[in-house]
Amino acid sequence: MLARVGVEAVDELFADVPEQVRFMGALGLPGPMSEVDLVRHLRDLSAANVPATQLVSFAGAGIYDHHVPSVVDHILRRPEFFTAYTPYQPEVSQGTLQAIYEYQTMICELTGMDASNASMYDGATAFVEAALMACRVLRRSSVVVAGTAHPEWLETLETYAASGLVEVRVEESHDGVCDPERMRALCDETTAALLVSSPNFFGNLEDLAGLGAVAREAGALFVVAANPIMLGVMAPPADFGADIVVGEGQPLGGSMSFGGPGLGFFACREAHIRQMPGRLVGRTVDADGNDAFVLTLSTREQHIRREKATSNICSNHALNALAAGAYLAAVGAEGMIGIARACVAKAHYLRDALLATGRFKAPWNHPFAHEFALVYEGDASQMHDEMLSRGYLAGVLLEAPDGRDLVLFAVTEKRTRSEIDAFVEEVASL
Amino acid sequence: MSGTVPNSPAGAPPRGPRETIFEIGSPESTCVTAPDLDVPDVDLAQVMGGAVRTAPPRLPHVTELEIMRHYAHLAEMNFGVDSGFYPLGSCTMKYNPRVNEDTCRLEGFTGLHPYQPAQTVQGALELMYGLAQALGEISGLPGVTLQPAAGAHGELTALMIFRAAHESAGDPRRKVVIPDTAHGTNPATVTMCGYETVTIPSDGNGLVDMDALRSVLDTDVAAFMLTNPNTLGLFDPNILRITDAVHEVGALAYCDGANLNAIMGISRPGDMGFDAMHINLHKTFSTPHGGGGPGAGPVCVTEALSRYLPGPVAVSFDDGTFGLDWPDASIGRVRSFHGNFGVLVRAYTYLRAIGASGVREAAEQAVLSANYLKARLNGVFDVPYDRGCMHEFVLSGARLKRETGVRTLDVAKRLLDHGFHPPTVYFPLLVEEALMIEPTETEPLSALDSFADALIAIVDEARSNPDLVRGAPYTTPVRRLDEARAARTPDLRWRPSSA
Amino acid sequence: MAHPNDRVYSEEHEWVVAEGDTAIIGISHFAQDQLGEVVYVDLPSVGDEVIAGETFGEIESVKSVSELYSPVSGEIVEVNEALGDSPETVNADPHGEGWMIKVKMEDASQVDGLMSAEEYDEFVAQG
Repeated sequence: MLARVGVEAVDELFADVPEQVRFMGALGLPGPMSEVDLVRHLRDLSAANVPATQLVSFAGAGIYDHHVPSVVDHILRRPEFFTAYTPYQPEVSQGTLQAIYEYQTMICELTGMDASNASMYDGATAFVEAALMACRVLRRSSVVVAGTAHPEWLETLETYAASGLVEVRVEESHDGVCDPERMRALCDETTAALLVSSPNFFGNLEDLAGLGAVAREAGALFVVAANPIMLGVMAPPADFGADIVVGEGQPLGGSMSFGGPGLGFFACREAHIRQMPGRLVGRTVDADGNDAFVLTLSTREQHIRREKATSNICSNHALNALAAGAYLAAVGAEGMIGIARACVAKAHYLRDALLATGRFKAPWNHPFAHEFALVYEGDASQMHDEMLSRGYLAGVLLEAPDGRDLVLFAVTEKRTRSEIDAFVEEVASL
Repeated sequence: MSGTVPNSPAGAPPRGPRETIFEIGSPESTCVTAPDLDVPDVDLAQVMGGAVRTAPPRLPHVTELEIMRHYAHLAEMNFGVDSGFYPLGSCTMKYNPRVNEDTCRLEGFTGLHPYQPAQTVQGALELMYGLAQALGEISGLPGVTLQPAAGAHGELTALMIFRAAHESAGDPRRKVVIPDTAHGTNPATVTMCGYETVTIPSDGNGLVDMDALRSVLDTDVAAFMLTNPNTLGLFDPNILRITDAVHEVGALAYCDGANLNAIMGISRPGDMGFDAMHINLHKTFSTPHGGGGPGAGPVCVTEALSRYLPGPVAVSFDDGTFGLDWPDASIGRVRSFHGNFGVLVRAYTYLRAIGASGVREAAEQAVLSANYLKARLNGVFDVPYDRGCMHEFVLSGARLKRETGVRTLDVAKRLLDHGFHPPTVYFPLLVEEALMIEPTETEPLSALDSFADALIAIVDEARSNPDLVRGAPYTTPVRRLDEARAARTPDLRWRPSSA
Repeated sequence: MAHPNDRVYSEEHEWVVAEGDTAIIGISHFAQDQLGEVVYVDLPSVGDEVIAGETFGEIESVKSVSELYSPVSGEIVEVNEALGDSPETVNADPHGEGWMIKVKMEDASQVDGLMSAEEYDEFVAQG
């Protein structure tokens, strides 16, 4: 090879790299490892963790421990899917493209919206992109956000807003749900969107009808963040006038994986698809007239529109979207309704049982789905540690708006009645 | 096409598209059912305040076998690195080692909830800390965040850090300068960070035009974004003069790390005077592209900028334990949780496998392979910026188009019939009919030779039978697509009526 | 192909047919040929003001976006709504059915500075 290139040593190929910037030292990295040692090392690191999946876990707060059907990972392990690049050459990417088209369809079915993109990084960035899109659609400059949305999503939105692209007004004085009247008070002629999460971070269901009316009155778009599993039994946000629906899609066939990679789903009404961020797959025909799929409406995107693009996003979470599609195909509508119903029933069962112990108090009594917050009468942190030592992940500790310690419990279909009963008994005995 | 035109050199019969998953199965088909309800049932309408669904979502009705066959068929219509040579310029389609796919699936990683107490996630934090240290070492920029989900997300994170640094110095600025060879994400990111893009032309060698750069640099410039080596595959020998000039006006220098594979272990962006860079783990560090993602785009910054990094970051304590911490002047969160952790595990596995020596060897082999392929194709196509290339190079099909009417797009499509994924085409924008080729270090010599032979054969075909090339591909699951129709009348979801 | 001489042309490849103080504006045959298959035309609304030399909309092919520059200043009195459903008309009949906007000009003499068909053909030939 060197001869063909016309050099005597590889070093000559780096002639353009000036001496002063050549790295002459030794990289401070460990040496190479054989596969045997490598696997042992990674197993050791893995073993230094206590995964929630090996505990009786009631942790949620944005990432949920649902069962992942076996078929999902077997599909993800097909190298034709995971070793492929973005489907820019549609003739040899029909697998990825069709899978995304099917995913887009399923997201539309769950949300009631007209169009879904091919996915975004996670729920937080989808939430931010929805705010930015609303500003583009209406050529307005601010958004009003429910303070009951996931705090990390709010923080992400604030970080993006520091660039001056959008003014963010958060309604923070909630009591577990946001008050449409207080949201209304924050709206003015610059308001491009109302952003609301339901179920919200505390598991409570928001008054989407009332909030949608506030958005309409302000001439703003109504952005609803939803939990995809709960959409199996909840009325689709479109029924309440949502213009954009986003969310974290991890519950759809994704492992918890320490919180990432997630799946930002993003759907909107047809009228606004040209302002949508991210990739879109469409169906068309090939030169022989056969159905075929292709990335479309690409002129919205950075590789064509550059500084005028709808977003700088240049990828999607295609594998996570593939998992979500496979998951939804595996469970079907019936399975999904059954799973959502089981989560809701078990969450209500746990809450009633915890309140009956007298060790917990309800900070509020709003309708909720599969997640709820309680006040622990005692040192919540100590309770959490003690229960951990007994093999339980006793939810996620939070601070309530009024400063009290809250414990946020999520229950999925994986929890059995006997696990719940045993947990309640142990926590009551502390 | 006339039926007498030979269709393909190696023709497997086209595998047509198949029905969507909504059109297979039957109403009674099921795969995975919900567990039996072992607690009292609830009246959903009552407990959920009436906001219940009246009509179920129209999801597929399929058996497990039907699902597996469906996705098996879809997979067979896809081309991945495992299918064949994938020389996409600027994408670094190197082999994805299988051991990464095993380690990232260990339950001690996949089963972690992001809000578990720190004492239960020590292995995960150690891994993140170790990966960040390694990336800091390779980049020469010691402050590292693993949060960004992709390269573009990393670019944005870095510009946000620059903005915070300028603003905290009481010196907000408005403009970001990029060269005309930049990826589209650069200007799109500039806009998303609330800055204005100023584009400068390249010089006659495809490098940064120092006069053009100096003419736009002033105290309103927040940053200069440069891909080095650039998208033509050229290392800018003036790099220190460039970063000096940027710093002279108080601006910061950003390195788009898309092309790190060419220089890792050989030259460090921190030593070149860059203040920040992003690293595409899905390019340089072998994590799979996944058909579009997920990837990960960690950002490395100078010591001085470390205090602005987004949080949380993994830190080590004196007692040998690990935790999560927030830099004191952090820009905040750029996403939820701790980054694309599953991708980080793969990249960490790769780095530990190849070690310090492997890092440098990978870069050397990638550059040698690119130069070899360039030498084999020089003359077959024109090389508009003909100097020693790094890990990729750009050819121009302008002469072929002039002489035969066959465009670069046609050549790309014909490559599919020869069993190769085409290179990146029509980028960078300043090369007419561009083919941007990046072979990577993992391809054997035989693959490089077969690819060169195929391109030479296609040029011959273009001269003897241009219509054959213009009609390609013939052997793929579908033929060329009517993209205009897709954009004019968008069909973005399946509907029963459209079946 | 020579461009029709019943109208005048701008350097941004728009054509203008002036009828009294109303200017009918579209893009030239050359421009549509360069763009390739037109998939979308984003036009302003009736009542909007346009300014000579500034953009009034965008035209998209599958993989490109180009801005549309108004050769004249004035108020938009009519927009070719049909292009919404059939943008391909811009390819098929750029000088006729593919017109884009009608502008009531502030000053009808604005068109005097534009190129004749002959001048435009030469302009295009020079690249």
